[in-house]
Amino acid sequence: MKKTINNRAWFLIAPVVIVVLFSALLPVMTVVNYSVQDAMAENHFFWNGDTWFRDLLDPSTEIGARFSGALERNLIFSFVILLIEVPLGIALSLALPRRGWAVGPSLVLIALPMLIPWNVVGTMWQIFARADIGLFGAALNGLGLNYNDTQDPVSAWFTILVIDVWHWTPLVILLSYAGLRAIPDAFYQAARIDAASRWAVFLKIELPKLQRVLVLAILLRFMQSFMIYTEPFVVTGGGPGNATTFLSIDLVKIALGQVDLGSAAAMSLVYYLITISLCWIFFTAMSQLDMLKEA
Amino acid sequence: MARIDLVDLAHSYGGNAADPSSYALKPVTMTWRQGGAYALLGPSGCGKTTLLNLISGIVTPSRGKILFDGVDITPLSTQKRNIAQVFQFPVIYDTMTVGQNLAFPLKNRGVPKGEIDVRVAQIAKLLDLTPDLDRKATRLTADAKQKISLGRGLVRSDVAAVLFDEPLTVIDPELKWQLRSKLKALHRELDLTMIYVTHDQTEALTFADTVVVMHDGRVVQSGTPAELFDKPAHTFVGYFIGSPGMNIVPAKVRGREAQVDGHVIALNRSYDKLPAGARIEIGVRPEFVDVAAPAPGLISANIERIDDLGRVRFARLRVGDVKFAARVPPGFSVPGDVAGLIFDPSRVHVYADSLLIEGTK
Repeated sequence: MKKTINNRAWFLIAPVVIVVLFSALLPVMTVVNYSVQDAMAENHFFWNGDTWFRDLLDPSTEIGARFSGALERNLIFSFVILLIEVPLGIALSLALPRRGWAVGPSLVLIALPMLIPWNVVGTMWQIFARADIGLFGAALNGLGLNYNDTQDPVSAWFTILVIDVWHWTPLVILLSYAGLRAIPDAFYQAARIDAASRWAVFLKIELPKLQRVLVLAILLRFMQSFMIYTEPFVVTGGGPGNATTFLSIDLVKIALGQVDLGSAAAMSLVYYLITISLCWIFFTAMSQLDMLKEA
Repeated sequence: MARIDLVDLAHSYGGNAADPSSYALKPVTMTWRQGGAYALLGPSGCGKTTLLNLISGIVTPSRGKILFDGVDITPLSTQKRNIAQVFQFPVIYDTMTVGQNLAFPLKNRGVPKGEIDVRVAQIAKLLDLTPDLDRKATRLTADAKQKISLGRGLVRSDVAAVLFDEPLTVIDPELKWQLRSKLKALHRELDLTMIYVTHDQTEALTFADTVVVMHDGRVVQSGTPAELFDKPAHTFVGYFIGSPGMNIVPAKVRGREAQVDGHVIALNRSYDKLPAGARIEIGVRPEFVDVAAPAPGLISANIERIDDLGRVRFARLRVGDVKFAARVPPGFSVPGDVAGLIFDPSRVHVYADSLLIEGTK
């Protein structure tokens, strides 16, 4: 059979190309433009080559040290978040009712934190966590703990982690709950016939069936937590010192505080590439795992 | 291995035990003997899966008792009941190999390793799974997965009964025959009580030595395939079993005669004491009504069409307003649109309100 070759079909994807051009490519190209030039007053630009990138990636420079410090904090933060939110989300989704009148109300209650905008969450917690008048902060101090999220780095980290867990574990719960609901009853019945323990049911039926939604949950939670900005910005302002200065916070400081557009642009691009690469690695690793399992 | 008795067992999913019309399974009392091969046959929604799940303990009955060898096990959980069950769609444990899947029910019950290996090898051999024992179960076809499910049902030697819930639904027709005869062979070899739920009469009649027919939440007849064919206890059994089903037509019955649309059909027995006010019907299987050339003394019928099933031909006819199916004898060519019908009087049964009436000699 002879296939007709008709290149006019390319025109059909023109709308997508145009939208992507304006929504992604043009803004990114502006950033690329900044990253290789030095901007002076009155819009004078000088070609600067890869100097911004060199400085950024060299930890012995001032900007390089800031970057590597923030990157390290970001990686630790995302890692801890995944470590807490994924198991907690699965455990809570297992505890949710499967049927009956309680399903609706509990799902709504669980989803509530996700519906609150970031800066509102930040403001709420900023007051909630205050050591003098905040319910959370004052209660912890009342228990004899030395808690102060604006002066003590441990308290600050603890607060940011608690906020994120409170705000985003519901996402993992809902995804995992949906995955659990998709398991046919016959699997549970067969497990009862086979005298499988509750633990075996979890390990041999539920966890393998949840794998796909968990890949999604981990990916989403990684991306979002790696881009964390509003909570530390509102609650701790990146401090005390630079204890909670994550990449995005530092980026805004450099770009808008110091108006150091070249460094900021270089940092944006590197940040962006790191996020994409890590997501790609996660996704590939987890899909590979899937293939291996079936082989 | 046990005899299973159901005593006044009934179930309502709404949980309203006071209202008998809500019962998915209406009260039933019956015995399943040790080592029997049973089929539970009925259309979808007739309560057969409910009955099966009650026996295995997946569902707790609204009322009544279940006895294994005389011991009441109604309050016991599924795990403690010693029942194996195979479901309609394959259930396999994704992360395990075929062999681990087969060994799983034994391992959970603390059977010694050596014994597990022997038993798994034996069942794998019976189901032709030996070459796949070390493969991951997820990669196999639906047929093979269902064979693993069957294997997990059969692997325990001490079960009171193995329950099958339409296990061959997902299997190709060709393999269906093989697996069904394999199950029958396994039944003979392993001396297990097997209860096989199906809505397919061929499957039921070839697998079981006792077929239990259910209709609308009720057990309407339990007997050998021959009994169900020759003497259906309920009009439902008559037309559900057999292809085409039994002719069931309203009739006036008096003594040894039935009148259908003004025509008289002779009966072998005498029916003098029919319940007053009941709906009276006669039932006769198409196999026992022959089409002949119209002749005086024969009931004449209009031929609507002839179904040639290869081995046998059935004529679809009409006597007045009443539809009939009848056998066309081999070599007989139908003369025209009108034919005579010859009934075998010993095969004509009388039903009052759908239930078989035994006449007197």
